[in-house]
Amino acid sequence: MKGECKMKIEILGMGCSNCNKLYKNVLEAVKQSGKEIQVQKVEDIQKIMTYGVLSTPALAIDGTVKVAGKVPRVEQIMEWIK
Amino acid sequence: MLKYLADSLVYTLIGVQPGTMLGEALDFFFYDTMKVFLLLVVIIFVVAVIRSFFPPERSRKLLGNRREYVGNFLAALLGIVTPFCSCSAVPMFIGFVESGLPLGVTFSFLISSPTVNEVAMIMLWGLFGWKIALIYVSTGVIIAFFSGILIGKLKLEHLVEDYVYRMRMGETAMAAPTWTERFAYARDYTKDIIGRVWLFVLVGIGLGAWIHGYVPMDFVLKYAGPGNPFAVFVAVLIGIPLYSNAAGTIPIVQALVEKGLPMGTALAFMMSIVAISTPEMIILRKVIKPKLIAIFAGIVSVAIIIVGYLFNAIL
Repeated sequence: MKGECKMKIEILGMGCSNCNKLYKNVLEAVKQSGKEIQVQKVEDIQKIMTYGVLSTPALAIDGTVKVAGKVPRVEQIMEWIK
Repeated sequence: MLKYLADSLVYTLIGVQPGTMLGEALDFFFYDTMKVFLLLVVIIFVVAVIRSFFPPERSRKLLGNRREYVGNFLAALLGIVTPFCSCSAVPMFIGFVESGLPLGVTFSFLISSPTVNEVAMIMLWGLFGWKIALIYVSTGVIIAFFSGILIGKLKLEHLVEDYVYRMRMGETAMAAPTWTERFAYARDYTKDIIGRVWLFVLVGIGLGAWIHGYVPMDFVLKYAGPGNPFAVFVAVLIGIPLYSNAAGTIPIVQALVEKGLPMGTALAFMMSIVAISTPEMIILRKVIKPKLIAIFAGIVSVAIIIVGYLFNAIL
């Protein structure tokens, strides 16, 4: 059961400095939440476009885009994964 | 009020004699620094709040698949308010082309977005007054409008990388941010920008103050005054590699204008700094062929040079 409901966070971005900042924030939020969450970077432009975002970095949780074009704070990400 | 603060700081607190070169330079430095930073913080914040209403996803919807002219004009205007970072240039380009927007209209957006730069606008406003700032913004829009139309007329669609046309975008329904989120975004954005430009601004104002106090009045007039027909051309060539240092260059340019640099030359120099950026060109290489990058840079440079001569003639 645990494996099925595992949350998945995707970081969409082609590797700019803000994408790395977002990645770090996500890892930090996941660590603080103590939950088991899969974190994945999506760097392929074709794949990024299928999410419908035009600005990177963007963050999707279980396939739903939460934010695009900015780096949310750790606390903000914590809210989303609560 | 700021003038009074600067005066009392330099002449009373530090105790430099008024009327001396050092006094003039110091006074100029403190006054401009206070004024520019105050403007930067307030206006970047306001601009960021406005921008939170125009994410690129929305601009794409507003533009739809609009045709030339109206599309070019709208794209040039949206380029100002849509937050732009060169790291988003590729997805934005693909998104616009994918929605059926003509190439020329897409370019109007891509040109206006960096050309009308809020930091440059604020620095011009603070150091030259609102009229010059307004001239700068409207010139940026006009250049983006006409350059986009020209690129459209040249029929360069084959110079876009093939895979761009094969892309299919998904749909997303992001929740609109609340006011608290808009303000938080604006605060972070302001902090980020100030953090990136403050040193350039200080050094620029420092150099400007030095020129103001120490460089003789007719120095610039001799080399880059209205008598030199190549001045605008050379100024644009110097400006192109100075990308992202608009914040630091404008105070220097202001001091040079005081020493006789014509306003058109100064504006052309400034616009070439923000409009043509090497990092953006390199990133755009992922979606367009080098020839189109060269055409794009060439058209924008020529447009800026024309504008420079035009302003030298009428301002």
